[in-house]
This record gives sequence, C-alpha cells and structure tokens, in this order.
Amino acid sequence: DQVLHIVPETLQQVQHLQLLCSTFTLDLWKPLLPEDIRAGEDLHIRVPAPLVQEVKDTLDQHMISYRVLIPDVQKLVDQSMPRERSSAREVSGGYAYTEYHPMEEIYQWMTQIQKNNSELVTQHFLGKTFENQTIYYLQISQPSNKPKKIIWMDCGIHAREWISPAFCQWFVKEILQNYKTDPKISRFLQNLDLYVLPVLNIDGYIYSWEIDRLWRKSRSPYENGTCYGTDLNRNFNSSWGSVGISFNCSSDIFCGSGPESEPETKAVAQFIKSKKSDILCYLTMHSYGQLILTPYGSTTKPPSNNEELMQVAKEAAAALKGKYGTSYKVGSTALILYNNSGSSRDWVHTIGIPLSYTFELRDTGDYGFLLPTNQIQPTCEETM
Amino acid sequence: SVAMELPPSHFSAARAAAVAVGYLRYLRGGPGRGLELRELRRARRQDIDDVGHKYYLELELEDVLDKDRTVNCTAEVLYHLGSKTSAPDVQVTVQGELRSTEEAEQEFYNRIRSLEKELVAENIPDSHGNVPPELEPIHLLAWVASGYLIWQNSTENTTFHLAQVKHVKQVKRSDEDLQFDYVLLLHDMVSQEVLPWEVTLLWHPQRGARVSQS
Repeated sequence: DQVLHIVPETLQQVQHLQLLCSTFTLDLWKPLLPEDIRAGEDLHIRVPAPLVQEVKDTLDQHMISYRVLIPDVQKLVDQSMPRERSSAREVSGGYAYTEYHPMEEIYQWMTQIQKNNSELVTQHFLGKTFENQTIYYLQISQPSNKPKKIIWMDCGIHAREWISPAFCQWFVKEILQNYKTDPKISRFLQNLDLYVLPVLNIDGYIYSWEIDRLWRKSRSPYENGTCYGTDLNRNFNSSWGSVGISFNCSSDIFCGSGPESEPETKAVAQFIKSKKSDILCYLTMHSYGQLILTPYGSTTKPPSNNEELMQVAKEAAAALKGKYGTSYKVGSTALILYNNSGSSRDWVHTIGIPLSYTFELRDTGDYGFLLPTNQIQPTCEETM
Repeated sequence: SVAMELPPSHFSAARAAAVAVGYLRYLRGGPGRGLELRELRRARRQDIDDVGHKYYLELELEDVLDKDRTVNCTAEVLYHLGSKTSAPDVQVTVQGELRSTEEAEQEFYNRIRSLEKELVAENIPDSHGNVPPELEPIHLLAWVASGYLIWQNSTENTTFHLAQVKHVKQVKRSDEDLQFDYVLLLHDMVSQEVLPWEVTLLWHPQRGARVSQS
C-alpha cells in the first residue's frame, strides 16, 4: 500500500479526485472527507497495493502530479510497532531477529539456543580473539549412527557488515524452527551437519558498535600501537600478500604480518584443516554487493571444478531471486569484483574443499553497510 | 579500434556504470528524486590510442521513491589515459520521462527557507540504517553531491559508493539558493577505505543542483 501526496491545482482536479476517492473507496488521510478536498491544499490518500498502478495511471492521464509520501505502509507500521515476533519468541524467548544485536546479546543468544534445542545444538569453543574474547560456533547435528558431511558457514569476518551476523542468527533460527516440519530441512539434517559461526571478528564487531560503525578489520595493534587491525579476509594462506592487499597497517586491506598471523584466522584455519575431509561446502557471509563469489580472487585462472561451482551458484541465485526479485551476480571475485589474495574462501578451496563461496548480501550501495533493519527479514528470507 | 562486448557482470563494466550513475544523480537528482541502478544491461569497451578507455553502457534505472517505474538510459564513460587528475568524460541520454518532482521539491524548498534555525544533522543513515522521513530529502541531496564527487574522482581502479552522511549543515544565503555543507563518507570497494569528503551543494527548485567550487 502506498500513501500519495497531491496538491490539486484546479476545481476540475478536485472533482476528479473526489470521484476517484469514492469510486475506489480510497482511504483519505488528509483531509478526512472527500468534500473537504480543496485546490491548493494538501491531499494524502492511502492506495491499496493492487490499485496503485491504476490510480497513478489515472492521475497521469488527468495531469495531476503526485508524490509518493509513503512507499510501503506495512513496513512503516511494522517499524513503529514493538516487536511481537511470535515464532522468534518460541525458539529463544523473545529474541528479535529483525534487529541488529551487540556482541553481548549474541553470546546470550547462543547459550539460549543451545539450552532450548539441546537435542540438536551444541556450542563449541573455536579460539580466542586478539582481545581475548571467546569465539564460539554452533553445531547443528541430528544424532545418528552414520557419519555425516559438514557444511560450514561463518559470518562477521568484517566488522561493519552487520547484516552478516544477523543472517547467521536468522539461519539458525529457521533451521531449528522448521526441521521437524519441513521435509527439505529434515532430509538435509539426516545427511549433513551444519556448523555456524555467528561472529568471527568479535573485537572488530564490538568496536563497530562502540566506536566506529564503519570499522572493517580486527583490532590487533601494529607499529607500537600506532595502528590497529588486520583485514582477516586477506590474512589466510592463499597466495598471501600478493595482490589486492596492503602491507601498510593503516590500510583497510592490511594483510597482517604473515599468513594466519591473527588469532582469529588461525582459529578458523586450524579447525577447518582438522575437519577438511568431512567438509563438503564452505560459506562465508559478507556485505554488500549482492554477489555469489567463487574462487579465485588472486587469479582469473578458473578452479578445477569451476563448472560445478558456477552451476550450484547460479541455481542459488535463481532461487534467491524467486523470493523477492533481488538480483545477485555470480562469478569469480577476480572477474566481477577485484583482485585479492589471502581470502578464506580461496584458502579453503586450495586445501581441497570442493564447494567454497563468498556471499555478499544486500544491497548494491545505496545503504551499503548501513542496511536498514527493515531489510533484515527480506534479506535473510531470500538467502535461505 | 573497435568496441568489444563486455559481460555486464565484469568489474570494469560495473565501475563505469557507477560513474555514469553518479553523473546522472548530480545532473538529475534532487531532494525529491534519487536514481538507483537496477541493472546494467549491456557494456562495451573501446581502447582509443593516445586517448583512453571508453565504455558504452545501456542501463536500467529506478527512482527510489517510485520503484515500480524504471527508465532506460545509455551512457558513454571515457577514462582519460594515465590520468589521475582529470575526471572521466561522461555523457548520458535518458530515454523517456523521469517522474515530475516539482511539487515535492517546491515544498521542500519552502520548508527549508522558512526554518528559523539553520538545519544541522549527522549520521544519515544511522547505525541501523534508518533515515527519519523528514531528513530523506537531505539524504537524497547527499546522493546528488556524492554523485558529483564520484564522477569527478573515479578511475578504472575505484568503485565508490556513499557510505554515510557524516554531517550536514545548512548555510543561509542572501540569494535564492539553498546551501548545504556536507561531510560525506565515501567507500571505495577496491581499497575498502572509507574516507571523508567535504562538499558544498547549492540547490534551487528550478535551477537544480551544483557543487560550489570553493
């Protein structure tokens, strides 16, 4: 539904608008009654979604200019109401999945999730950050006597990409809410274990909440504490330090003092190495850009299983688009984004994990890192 | 030399498209109109000896305040050879009409002119991506100003987007223009840097926008 703002200029226009309101029984917000519509005065009407195009066409035909005051009434209503998320509340006692949460709340959420779903979820220690925060991942695993392959998903490598941890939390909630009733999910869990790391770069994430919303890197000091942070996604051991990086610690793409120089990188790398023969697919979530990226960033030479990688990614992009029409581009980083080395996705592929993808979630730059909370739900739903 | 076809998903095509959109936002944007790239339909590139690289683009744009409507346009973006100091040459042709924003913009103009205290605001959008409705026109004017900066400062090795309006201050003038002094944070996808840029934007409902050279 949209609310249109019109200032009728002539008596003829006023009459036409009055006719329009009564013919379509439109909801007048201002004035309250059609007989109070006056030339030169503000008119606000709410038009139900199915009639929007028709009403606009008739306004155009009669040369009545208008402005869209509210492009989506429902969204505004949802925004201004206190969160009454029935499903979310069932799973973890009142957690708002359509809001961004600071790290402390995410820690509490993980504890609750494990507590409320102990038959399926276990929380595990992965490592520690530079500032000594504990990095946890959640294992979603249906008990079974057959060995299962693993799908790994990490979020929050880059601090400012808040939609990424929001997605990891949403993903967990969706799986846990629906695994008993959704045949696709239950079949999934019969054969696969899901490992989800909601926030990898915890130090950076906290920093983006408390000090600098647009911070990207970790928070390890360099040069005697004169500059901080390594870009964790340039710190992995995949052609480390070769391209699309900086050796200057004040750069946002500083790749660290060596491959895996950062405790966060090491924690992930160590774990993935230990489980590599069981990991089928590696997913790492970022924003923004609306892209599904395949290896590699450091070279345009395609990986050995490029056809398979592209096929799966294209199907994912098509399914995503089917939900809300959002377009995602698919391809290797080197071709559709830029050159870079040291990314987690590339490293994972080079050690033998066949399916490895970086998702760059919404949007394409209009809000960028500051994706409005009202886009959390559609972003997450389409990405599921 | 001949123009060769580029896959629209290739980064060089996307970068040229961003320059064209920036230029268009500067030229045709306003407090009542924000243009967004919906899709890059086609891209070709021509390497011109001793001159530079020229991109020929077919774009589909949408108006953020009326997303059901899209408009097609063609653009040419010429990056000059070896030049870090000269802005790309851009030409854009919009096919069809953009939605009229005269009335909304006049209303905005009147509202600002009648303010007793000069408008001041910061962090648009805020950390959670929210923009208060009364600041949306200021946000869209920031797109106009950032469009100028992006057009003027882009190279084939940058991809700029407006990350946030850090600060904006209205400056009352004795003539009929509105003046807004912005501090804009521009994000470059390639270097990942977010850097502040100061820019003064003048705007008038009939005359449109221009960046003040100070």
